[in-house]
Amino acid sequence: MKILLRAGESRWLAPAAVLGAVVLTLLLTAGPIRLAGANPVAAYQRYTINPLTTPGGIGDVLLAATPLLFTGLAVAVAFRVGYFNIGAEGQFLAGAIAATIPGLYLPGLPAVLALPLAAASGALGGLIWGFLPAFLKRRAHIDEVVTTLLLNPVALLLVQGLLNGPWRNSETGFPDSDRYGAGYTLPTLAEGSRVHWGFVIGLALVVVVFVVMSFTPLGLRLRAAGQSPGAARFSGIRVTTLQFRSALVSGALAGLGGAVQVLGVQHQLTASISNGYGYTGVVVATLGALTAGGVLLVSLLLGDIAVGAQNASIALQLPTQMGAIVSSTLLLAVVALLAARRYRVVLRRPFVRRRSTAERKDA
Amino acid sequence: MDFPLLAVLAATLTIATPLVWAALGALINERAGILNLGIEGTMYAGAFVGFLTAVTTGNPYLGLGTAVVAGLAAGALMGLLTVTLGVNQHVAGIGTTLLLVAACDFTNRLLFATGTQQAAASFERWFPGLGVLAQYPMTFVAFLVLAPVLWWVLRSTGFGLRLHAVGENPEAADAAGIPVARTRYAALMLGSALMAVGGSFLTLSLLGSFTLDIVSGRGWICIALVIFGRWKVWPVVAGALLFGFTDALQLQLAITPMFSGVPNELLIAFPYLVVIAALAVWGRKVRYPGAYLTPYRRA
Amino acid sequence: MGPLAELRGITKTFGAVVANDSIDLRVLPGEVLALLGENGAGKSTLTRILYGLSQADSGSILVDGTEIRMHGPADAMAAGIGMVTQEFSLVDTMTVTENLMLAGSGLGRVNRSAAKTKVLEAAARIGVAIEPDAVVGTLSVGERQRVEIVKALFHDCRLLILDEPTAVLVPQDVAVLFESIRRLTADGMGVIFISHKLHEVVEIADRVSILRRGRIVADVPAEGLVPAQIAAMMVGSADRVTEPEAGSAADTVEAEALATAVGLEVPGAGVEQPVAQVSRSGVLDIDRITLAGTGKPLLDEVSLTVHAGEIVGVAGVSGNGQTELVSVLCGMTPASSGAVRVDGADITRLDVTKRLRAGLGRLTEDRRGSVVLNLSVEQNLVLEDLDRFRTGPFTSRRRIKEHVAGLMERFDIRAKPGDPIRSLSGGNMQKVLLARAIAREPKALVASQPTRGLDVGACEYVYSQLRALRERGAGVLVISEDLDELLGLCDRIVVMVSGRIVGEVLAAGTSREELGLLMTGMTAGAGAHS
Repeated sequence: MKILLRAGESRWLAPAAVLGAVVLTLLLTAGPIRLAGANPVAAYQRYTINPLTTPGGIGDVLLAATPLLFTGLAVAVAFRVGYFNIGAEGQFLAGAIAATIPGLYLPGLPAVLALPLAAASGALGGLIWGFLPAFLKRRAHIDEVVTTLLLNPVALLLVQGLLNGPWRNSETGFPDSDRYGAGYTLPTLAEGSRVHWGFVIGLALVVVVFVVMSFTPLGLRLRAAGQSPGAARFSGIRVTTLQFRSALVSGALAGLGGAVQVLGVQHQLTASISNGYGYTGVVVATLGALTAGGVLLVSLLLGDIAVGAQNASIALQLPTQMGAIVSSTLLLAVVALLAARRYRVVLRRPFVRRRSTAERKDA
Repeated sequence: MDFPLLAVLAATLTIATPLVWAALGALINERAGILNLGIEGTMYAGAFVGFLTAVTTGNPYLGLGTAVVAGLAAGALMGLLTVTLGVNQHVAGIGTTLLLVAACDFTNRLLFATGTQQAAASFERWFPGLGVLAQYPMTFVAFLVLAPVLWWVLRSTGFGLRLHAVGENPEAADAAGIPVARTRYAALMLGSALMAVGGSFLTLSLLGSFTLDIVSGRGWICIALVIFGRWKVWPVVAGALLFGFTDALQLQLAITPMFSGVPNELLIAFPYLVVIAALAVWGRKVRYPGAYLTPYRRA
Repeated sequence: MGPLAELRGITKTFGAVVANDSIDLRVLPGEVLALLGENGAGKSTLTRILYGLSQADSGSILVDGTEIRMHGPADAMAAGIGMVTQEFSLVDTMTVTENLMLAGSGLGRVNRSAAKTKVLEAAARIGVAIEPDAVVGTLSVGERQRVEIVKALFHDCRLLILDEPTAVLVPQDVAVLFESIRRLTADGMGVIFISHKLHEVVEIADRVSILRRGRIVADVPAEGLVPAQIAAMMVGSADRVTEPEAGSAADTVEAEALATAVGLEVPGAGVEQPVAQVSRSGVLDIDRITLAGTGKPLLDEVSLTVHAGEIVGVAGVSGNGQTELVSVLCGMTPASSGAVRVDGADITRLDVTKRLRAGLGRLTEDRRGSVVLNLSVEQNLVLEDLDRFRTGPFTSRRRIKEHVAGLMERFDIRAKPGDPIRSLSGGNMQKVLLARAIAREPKALVASQPTRGLDVGACEYVYSQLRALRERGAGVLVISEDLDELLGLCDRIVVMVSGRIVGEVLAAGTSREELGLLMTGMTAGAGAHS
């Protein structure tokens, strides 16, 4: 099982497959767009180009891309070593909850203390939420896919429970938490923009992951362990340990993403804080070929589409869910066509090879 | 405190019903070697499509039928991705779930933009006066028809043997002349149809209407139940009943004054935690199907 | 009585290699035909053709005098031909009956009790007891083999091909198998029996056909044959290195190359010297290593010492514990008991990294499983020594580049450092592995099938590197199925049979025949030598 979208035997085939997938996605989504009474070409223009034509629009794209950077990186880091963490959603929520604790109970802290504390708390929250599946996987070989998935609804219920219970808004009585102390606001990057420093933190983490993966012994070991666990073990790499640690790092990254989202955007905990960012992280990581640079690019693309979808829902009466349809169709089209490309090659190759190795014994 | 045992038992059966349908669907998939994480989306699609048809036609049976068709289509999509193309099953499944959920929400928004809750024609409970037996038709079908028939099919028919063989050792199945890809497609489509029926139970029987996030992780529960039940029909049904019981219990506790201080959501989370705990206790050393997650290519 | 099956002029080539060279073969009803030959003589190719798994370039197959066109095993089964190979195709989690019902049952209801009766009948026919409701995974290897034979009988098979059926069996199971074969042939069935164990051949066969280099070189009644005669026929009466058979250009080239590669460089004096100094402690000391298996142990108290400046060979028919021995030495499988020492240090419980640090070098038969196929040549070359190229937390690209450039030049690796290693030829990949292992200057090198699948030039290169390592004072353990290779390369050769070392000889003082006899498990009179 190979999840990596690596360049194949011939260099043009993979880009061609991706291009084909984009075209296929456009064709497939044109139907529902028409059904909704909109012009597909106008819709695609809104989804992709329009948000980038104004500074405000670009700001919105960066803002929308920010949580995806974190969850995308989280998923990529885990998938890279063959640990299928599909619980970034729950870890993101756990991070948001954990960041809320100091925000509500230590409201007076100055920003220099408050922000690092809340961020660290969020990362720790995500790590804790990711710990149980990682531990069960390592100790009892329990499939991490199921346990990470199951903890997602639990995290959402925990958020809702807290908001309906102890953290119910003391002024309005709505199921939102109170606003955090003043020190807990991640500053925006520029006056009048909503883009906050969380995006910069995400960028920095992209760079860190890139550097670790590309320039350290650890990075090479992680790649070896994910691509070929047997051979990695043969070369003395401790695959299970690496998977366990990556699982924790993955949880911490997603948790930090949740913290950044509450500190930078909402300034309070709300039930709709995640908006499926954790699941979208799987899309981001996969389309980004599990690389840091790829995660950055795909986050921006999906951020663009998300902003465009908001935009189109107002201008074209096209429900915002169209954005999710486009991104999930794109995911399936890309993996399908990349597999199809491999398939065509693989179809002949192993046949000949299997036969000849089996018979070479005798030849 | 007098504990309303019969009410809890009745609720247990009702709550377990969609899980029995969907988990047995997942069981069929996994017996054939495919982990179908599209289950959550397939249940969602079954719930929505069934509801939509019932609203339009006023006939819940037609709703059930279209839910089945939606399930078959979802299964065929998973088949194309995982069987024909050999895409990573985790990614294919999550992608399918995301796509189906987005497509249903999109359509829902398009058709019912005003946000008024539509009530659909839905199934009535049979034997309304008979306590525990006052259940929806699909509950009776699940426990009295689906589970025993599936048990028999897996055990005593050529189809059951073929499923087992392609999921366990596709090379041996191929050597015995069994069409591996076709069998896996059949498993995926049949299993996904059951998942969709499970989803449609939520709209066509339980609620009579559709709300966003109506499945809320029940699909993932089913995946866990299949592992918990070690790919066997009756243990999976027992797992569904266990979940149903804990869920019914929390519903009961929620209206019990003693627990009025505990946030409802924490009680709702309880059955999920029970399933994880059950996995942690009984899920170790499980033997997965031999060809789990593995596409098959003839050498 | 006409032949049950007949092969006429079967020829099959792979590239320049002629695997089967116009082979004629007949099997009579009620006859056990033993098909013999060394590894690579063409037996498997021939049986695969007969079972439809592979198509001949030319020639024909006749069953009951009618020519059959084979497109796949289904045609063979329809013609009444069955085959049982060493790799069983059974579903472990199903019962015996279920496995047998798989083929030929439709989608509908299966008649379990009828199938059960059929199983019992078939079992009775071959004279064994089979529990129809037993789950296959719980059965012993011998029992599974019986299930495979019963499966063949389910298809009304009249010619049964048994490919090395005894290689995996314990002696008691062999006796049962032979009894079954006798019952079947008494019924008029024909059996093609492939084995390396010559005493078994003498016991069961009615006729013996011997393949050498793709041709039938003998087809004689088994009556009165003794193993030594058969062994002589199998390897040829004279050493093939000095007397290549005429007619095949490829043979001649290969033989000459082998002569230069292994024959001419053997230093006569250097051979016996290391063995003489037995008192010196070994650089690789294998001390009563045992590896438990299901049933009989896979390795049974294997003890072996490789001294500094010595190459020791392990000979044996494949599947006699060599793979397991390599796996235990390389740190991939923990031994059940016993100890392994490298240069006096106990490495039995150490992980791979610590073993490498202790001075162990590894070259396994599974080359593609020893490298990470998606990484580059450069990355694979340094994968086991990453900490040596570290500056602070970072890898030093410069030092890696220098190191890799040096290795690639020294080991003549014909690729660019950035090339994905999967694109390399077998020979080049082996050079990478050799470079990775030897660059660390190991005190002891374990090399399994070091030249399998390589061309002549690459073979020669591997030999020269292993010799150079020996000259530098390291000990080398070579595990190989190629007797010429072992004879040309090693100072001493031990022979493994059924997970045990059954004999030890000096390479200079032995012959292919003697090794061959040892490998067939006939220890009498041969092993006492050292």
